[in-house]
Amino acid sequence: MIRVELVKLLRRPRTWVAVALLCALPVLVAAFVAVRHLAPAPGRGPAFMSAVLNNGSLYPAAAMAMVVPIFLPIAVAVLAGDAVAGEATGGTLRYLLARPVGRTRLLVAKLVALTVFVLLALAAVVGTSYVAGVLLLGTQPPAALGEPGGVTSLSGPPLTSTQLTLRVLGTVAFITVSMLGVAAIALFLSTLTDSALGAAFGALAVLVTSDVLLTLDAASAVQPYLPTRYWLAWVDFFRDPIFWRDIEHGLLLQACYLGLLLGAAWANFMTRDVTS
Amino acid sequence: MITTVALTKRYGRVTAVDTVDLDVREGDRYGLLGPNGSGKTTLVRMLLGLVFATSGRIEVLGRPVPRRVHEVLPQVGALVEGPAGYPHLSGRTNLRIFDAAGPGGSRRTRRRRVDEALDRVGLGGIDRRPLKAYSLGMRQRLGLAGALLRTPRLLVLDEPTNGLDPRGMREIRDLLAELNAAGTTVFLSSHLLAEVEQLGNRIGVMDRGRLVVQEELATLRAPTGRVLVRSPDAARAAALLDGRVEARDGDALTVRHDDPAGLNALLVGEGLRVAEISAQRRSLEQIVLAATTTSADRIEAVP
Repeated sequence: MIRVELVKLLRRPRTWVAVALLCALPVLVAAFVAVRHLAPAPGRGPAFMSAVLNNGSLYPAAAMAMVVPIFLPIAVAVLAGDAVAGEATGGTLRYLLARPVGRTRLLVAKLVALTVFVLLALAAVVGTSYVAGVLLLGTQPPAALGEPGGVTSLSGPPLTSTQLTLRVLGTVAFITVSMLGVAAIALFLSTLTDSALGAAFGALAVLVTSDVLLTLDAASAVQPYLPTRYWLAWVDFFRDPIFWRDIEHGLLLQACYLGLLLGAAWANFMTRDVTS
Repeated sequence: MITTVALTKRYGRVTAVDTVDLDVREGDRYGLLGPNGSGKTTLVRMLLGLVFATSGRIEVLGRPVPRRVHEVLPQVGALVEGPAGYPHLSGRTNLRIFDAAGPGGSRRTRRRRVDEALDRVGLGGIDRRPLKAYSLGMRQRLGLAGALLRTPRLLVLDEPTNGLDPRGMREIRDLLAELNAAGTTVFLSSHLLAEVEQLGNRIGVMDRGRLVVQEELATLRAPTGRVLVRSPDAARAAALLDGRVEARDGDALTVRHDDPAGLNALLVGEGLRVAEISAQRRSLEQIVLAATTTSADRIEAVP
């Protein structure tokens, strides 16, 4: 069933349109920055933007900082919202279950396919943005700073390319877990309703609410528990030494959300009448 | 094959299926009739473990449903409320996906099994067009092909000829009869009386959630003990048969009599001409209309 879900994911034009759009944004930004050579002041605009002007190899990190807050979660919410509700609306859910595909297996397969989508999207974004960064922004000539090549971390000391690769991989892993949190919300809603759009919208509503509350001082009591609170904690991977606290909190929080929501989705789906 | 005991399903205050005792035997061609909204589809969904019963018991192929439905379903081919598939993929790919999704059937034989199923329903020459370009009849055939993929012991078909033209209906009916002759039990629900009358050997009629009739078709349609006669000399025939004529409409007579051949000999012996003569049988339509009340999709204004 997992194989089938992957085939369905990869053969769907929508998947590739989403990935292409996700890749297009950082490339577009890189093109603008390269032409005008005008980066936002440090502390403003997307993270890393001032750093990448000197060295394009850090551009994948900047690219991820661009897609993580809005673009990627929307794509994940739409796909996850469609996971069960879309099959229900299309009528294929009843045929899959009558095939028979166990309901638990179906949910697991959907979750695996969503994970693969996130990884695929991030790999594509990292790949294209690295190429775009190096081509459009160039790599810093090592001689200029008298350092043995490499990228400057946000804290100052330089990173070797091995370190950089490992930290990008760490970032991808962290973002994947965060996006699975989004997927879990949408998947749960997807088992509640037969409207894929409704499920995706519900998940996005949760994320927007969370983002708004994060900017509100009066909501400081709940802020540590909001799903989007630690979304950008992976930026700490690019400090030297790595600042682990927020990363750990973020992973723990997402694990709680995942456990809770997937449990709820499973319990609801197992006992639900499939009348579509 | 299928047994239900006091099967009931309530959605809130609406009782969709009400204490149904269904009995489908091995080798049956069972036709489930009933007006729209009488609970046929809910019943079918419960048999397949899609909808969970409020109370009552279900046994399919000798195993309890939904508890052991995963052992039952691999031997069941189903078509529930119209066919469905992924619109951007071809029919063949759709069948392969459904085949690969469930247990049983090796990957090596998949291509052959899919081709065979398509052949059986008359889609052997299908091209790579996506499903969204299919006509309703083609989709219906594809849905049937999906049900036949694993050479099931039991076919559960909800409105299998929906969207087919008369020739297509005939083809599917012949196909089902052929499968049945080879040992497949066919359980089909329909509101098309002719469909069930031509294919079924046992009939169930549902009305407002209850199974109001469950009987052999032959028993239901046994002669009523009356003979229909059409004769140019109807007036003389009526005089001759006197008290046994129940109704006369022009040259048509309804006569209380068990033996059309004997009655024919009697009339002809008296020199009366007989244009038509046959034993009266109730039509399935009369049976269903007598057993059911109103369509659930008819909503009268309250004065």
